[in-house]
Amino acid sequence: MPALRWIRRNLIVIAGLLTLAYMIVPNVVVMVFSFNKPNGRFNYAWQQFSLDAWKDPCGVADLCSSLSLSFRIAVWATIGATVLGTMIAFALVRYRFRARGAVNSLIFLPMAMPEVVMAASLLTLFLNMGAELGYRTVLIAHIMFCLSFVVTAVKARVMSMDPKLEEAARDLYAGPVQTFVRVTLPIAAPGIAAGALLAFALSFDDFIITNFNAGSTVTFPMFVWGSAQRGTPVQINVVGTAMFVIAVTVVLVGQLVANRRKNNARP
Amino acid sequence: MTLTEAPPTPAAEPAGPPVRKPSARRRLVPYWLLLPGILWLIVFFAVPLVYQASTSVQTGSLEQGFEVTWHFRTYWDALRDYYPQFVRSLLYAGSATVLCLVLGYPLAYLIAFKAGRWRNLVLVLVIAPFFTSFLIRTLAWKTILADGGAVVDLMNTLHVLDVTSWLGWTESNRVLATPMAVVCGLTYNFLPFMILPLYTSLERIDGRLHEAAGDLYATPATTFRKVTFPLSMPGVVSGTLLTFIPASGDYVNAELLGSTDTKMVGSVIQSQFLRVLDYPTAAALSFILMAIVLLTVTFYIRRSGTEDLV
Repeated sequence: MPALRWIRRNLIVIAGLLTLAYMIVPNVVVMVFSFNKPNGRFNYAWQQFSLDAWKDPCGVADLCSSLSLSFRIAVWATIGATVLGTMIAFALVRYRFRARGAVNSLIFLPMAMPEVVMAASLLTLFLNMGAELGYRTVLIAHIMFCLSFVVTAVKARVMSMDPKLEEAARDLYAGPVQTFVRVTLPIAAPGIAAGALLAFALSFDDFIITNFNAGSTVTFPMFVWGSAQRGTPVQINVVGTAMFVIAVTVVLVGQLVANRRKNNARP
Repeated sequence: MTLTEAPPTPAAEPAGPPVRKPSARRRLVPYWLLLPGILWLIVFFAVPLVYQASTSVQTGSLEQGFEVTWHFRTYWDALRDYYPQFVRSLLYAGSATVLCLVLGYPLAYLIAFKAGRWRNLVLVLVIAPFFTSFLIRTLAWKTILADGGAVVDLMNTLHVLDVTSWLGWTESNRVLATPMAVVCGLTYNFLPFMILPLYTSLERIDGRLHEAAGDLYATPATTFRKVTFPLSMPGVVSGTLLTFIPASGDYVNAELLGSTDTKMVGSVIQSQFLRVLDYPTAAALSFILMAIVLLTVTFYIRRSGTEDLV
């Protein structure tokens, strides 16, 4: 049977595409249901096509304020984690010092621990200190768990850097600061950018640690969580779809620009 | 996902002995670089674990306050009361990890070797779901697996549902609010964490090795078993860890897609901490979970012989 033989030969491709479908279908559902006009409080069953939610994305109380809060937290958490993480990464790759093993474990452990454990232990700290739960405690928590990811991303890049480039800069009478700003930083930039992006995504979408340490502050994931109990407004899907479209556009445009640059660079 | 960056070469330490002895000021540089970040991790990661340990052996009540009484019975009681949730967590997380590996491997392989000029597009599609909040996407599974929906109907027609409900994975007429829905959601949520490390380690494999295996009369299956799969082991190990660790503590999928019979230990910790306010029990539960996960991870890393992963 030729059909069967074709399937056997392309088994891996078929299986891979099925997995890809499994990963994409929920996004499609989110998108389609952003045009729904549900009958009750929950947006789980298709009723009829409507643009209502798209015309009024902030029409639900607290949705847009939670979105802007999440955004602010993510920006500051990214800045904090990227600065601290990049410094650690440079120290780890470029210098010899005592207690390297301990430092490495301290960076690895947060990634090897279920989030709920970190969330719960941080809450015991805040409760014991009598700290007021809210924006500040969430920010502290986010910087903490993003830090390790930034360190690993930047470390990978700095490790693969050729130290000869910096030696060359110094041979050409560049001072340490100049060498760092003109040579080291530009080469490390992709790693730093990757770490920062990862930190932003992790912080913006974090639910478990935030849920424990936010008190009555409501971030966007917490808003969605609450609405899963009270009733899911269509606007959630609008936000989800918009974020998806914006992000994919940015990635694709970035790719295009990078490709064009590469083509232009060729003689 | 950055656990995958097991570097091919050891750290590029400053090569050779330094020409002149570094000044005292220079020797302090790494410590200044480390100080703020490490301090942050000590104060907000390590110290909280100590606080949690102390909370777990306290007794008392919210009104009178808690006191350390070295009451280790809390651990025993917590285990006795909540062992079903522990077993369930490990079982669900384990199943989701295996499913992620089985589903993710072909896709990672496809991207690394078969996608050609579509490679970047497929990679973007793998990462794209991240851009929509995972809670919204998890809620979408409520629609997909809804009672009387297309998926349930299809499973009914093919009599798959009879088998799965006989196994206790689903009920005889619904998928939502059953173990299968929870595992399905866990698998879905952590698939990218499996695929990306798999892809990075597969992509590093020299294509000529496949040709060589073929030249030596290995069938494609043998080539995979003897060449490709062993070389992708670092990806398999970090992928399974990146899936299993977060899945074991997750309670979002169990709460959104499951029922009270599918509660995982994360749900219990959360409700003890935030609703019941029984801090000692919650802290003890969280510590037991941490111990189980760390032991599993250590054992697993030792067994698979990839200790340079960190």
